[in-house]
Parts: sequence; structure tokens; C-alpha cells
Amino acid sequence: MPVETWLYFILGFMIVGSVIALEIRDILSSVVAIGVVGLGVSVAFLFLQAPDLAIVQFLFEIFAMVILIRAFVKKDYHMETPARVHGILVGVSILTLVAVLVASIPVFRLLPAFGEPLMETSRHYVDHGLSDTGAANLVSAVILDYRAYDTLGEVTVLFTAVLGTMTILRIRRAKNGGGKDA
Amino acid sequence: MNDPKHGMTLIVKTVTRITVWLIILYGIYLILHGHLTPGGGFGGGVIIALAFLNVLLAYGRSFTKNWLNLKFMEDIEAASATLFLFMGILGIALGGRFLTNFLGPGKPFTLFSAGHIPILNILIGVKVGMCLFLVVWVLAALRTGEGGEE
Repeated sequence: MPVETWLYFILGFMIVGSVIALEIRDILSSVVAIGVVGLGVSVAFLFLQAPDLAIVQFLFEIFAMVILIRAFVKKDYHMETPARVHGILVGVSILTLVAVLVASIPVFRLLPAFGEPLMETSRHYVDHGLSDTGAANLVSAVILDYRAYDTLGEVTVLFTAVLGTMTILRIRRAKNGGGKDA
Repeated sequence: MNDPKHGMTLIVKTVTRITVWLIILYGIYLILHGHLTPGGGFGGGVIIALAFLNVLLAYGRSFTKNWLNLKFMEDIEAASATLFLFMGILGIALGGRFLTNFLGPGKPFTLFSAGHIPILNILIGVKVGMCLFLVVWVLAALRTGEGGEE
């Protein structure tokens, strides 16, 4: 089967997973359904021949699952009662989405084929990546040589995340009256 | 170490004790071969963080606190970010531009190739591994309200 067929199948799987995650009553099942959606993204990356992204997406899905389960499952959880206009709202939303989809069919006809054409920049990377950087893995060559500034920004984001969480912990420790070292 | 009051059952603890080093080894492999095979610093760093997280879940907080030196983890986490900047400035000094690959491509498909890419991969791997584990550590403390006892 061509890649597109598999992608349609995975996309449908992910849509079903997200609807279940939204509609199910039990919070643990909802978290598991979110994990299923992330797994679908990971498999889609594998079919699109991007194993680097598939690895990172798969690992982060596990990581996010652990955090979500540890953070939310045992907490008191406010169940929202559906409003009376809920059904009308859902119907109007679905109708609007279908109308937008039908109206955009001519636009879909104009779109180029999937993955085509290769951009000029990407073609330069594919052609000269190995000779410019010497890295056999082209993804590494792009993120750490051609686009190293972006990676520097990512490192800064992670550093700020740790700073923020550490600050929260310090505030809590001061509030609880403990001055001991962690 | 096998305190039954903390963490999970003996089966989980034994399996964790055997597998955690294999997981860390796989993370190190992904980081070191980031310029040759799929993976790289980010994925390998997440694997190392997940290995530490595995220990935290299986053995509980008090054991992990003794097993890991959290202050040292904070320090090398900040140091790897600084070293990343330092590599960029070294690129100015030796190559003329910020974050230039000043070491040259080398022989492709060997471990010591691709200039500064493996070095940056190692720095990112250390950074991501320590950072994600520390974030989870702090979040777990917030949930259980143990932040004041440490």
C-alpha cells in the first residue's frame, strides 16, 4: 500500500483517539487516549521516513503520560455537567466544519502532490549536507550545523523551564518554614 | 535499599535494578552516534531522564534522593548550557562566525567526524536528561506537598 493510505488510516485512528479523550468520563482513560494519539503521530513519522522524530515523539509520549498520570489521576477532579445547549452547540460546530470542508474542496485540488516539490533550501541540504558537515545523519547536520541557532534557543527554553520550576520549589520551601538544603 | 514501605513491589524493584543501566547505556549510545544514526542528543537525553524517572517511580523519593546527587545534576545542567554558548563563541574565535563548525568535516561515517556536531550532541543530551528529570522531580514534590520537607 502507498504511504498515503497508511497515513489516512493513522489519521482516522488519531481522530477517534482524541474524540474518546474528550468525551470519556474517567480521567485515567482520557490520559491513555491522549497517549494513543501521540503514538499515532510517532507511527506517522515512521511511515514518512523520519525515525529521528519518531524516536523523540515516542519518548516524549511516555514522559508526558507519566507526568499526566502522576499529576492528575489522584486529584479531586471537577466533573463538568453538560449544558442544555450542548447538543445544539455540537451540531452547529459540526455543520460549520462540514461547510468549511466542502467550500475548500477547490483549494485541495490546487495543492501540489504530497511531499512535492522539494524546497530550494532543502535541496541544498540534501545535496551538500554530507560534504559540508561530514555528518552521516542529515537531521543532525541541519539542527546542529545549519540551524544551530534554533538549537541554542531550545537549550535556553529548557534552562528557563528548570529555573522556573526550581523557583516554585524555593517559594514553597520558604512558605513551609524549612531552610534546609535540598 | 529494599525498604518495602517505599516504592513498588520487589519484582518491580529487581527488574528496575537490572534494566536501568541498560536504558542509560542505550541513551548514551544514541547521543554518541547522533551524527551517524537516527537519534541524537535530544532523544538520548530523554531516554536518560526516563531511566532516572524509572528509579524514582520504582524506589520512591527518599531512595532516589540518596542515590542521585541532585545539586550536582543542577550544576552540570547549567554548565552544559554555558558550554553550548562557549562552543558558539569558540566558533567566532576560530571560524569567524558564531557556532561555526570550526573542526572541519573529517572522514564521514566514522565516530570522530562531523566537527563540533558530536560535542554539541553530548552537551544537549546531558542538558535534556538532567533538565527533564529535575522538572519531574519538582512537579512530583508539588503534587504530594513534600516540597517543604527537603
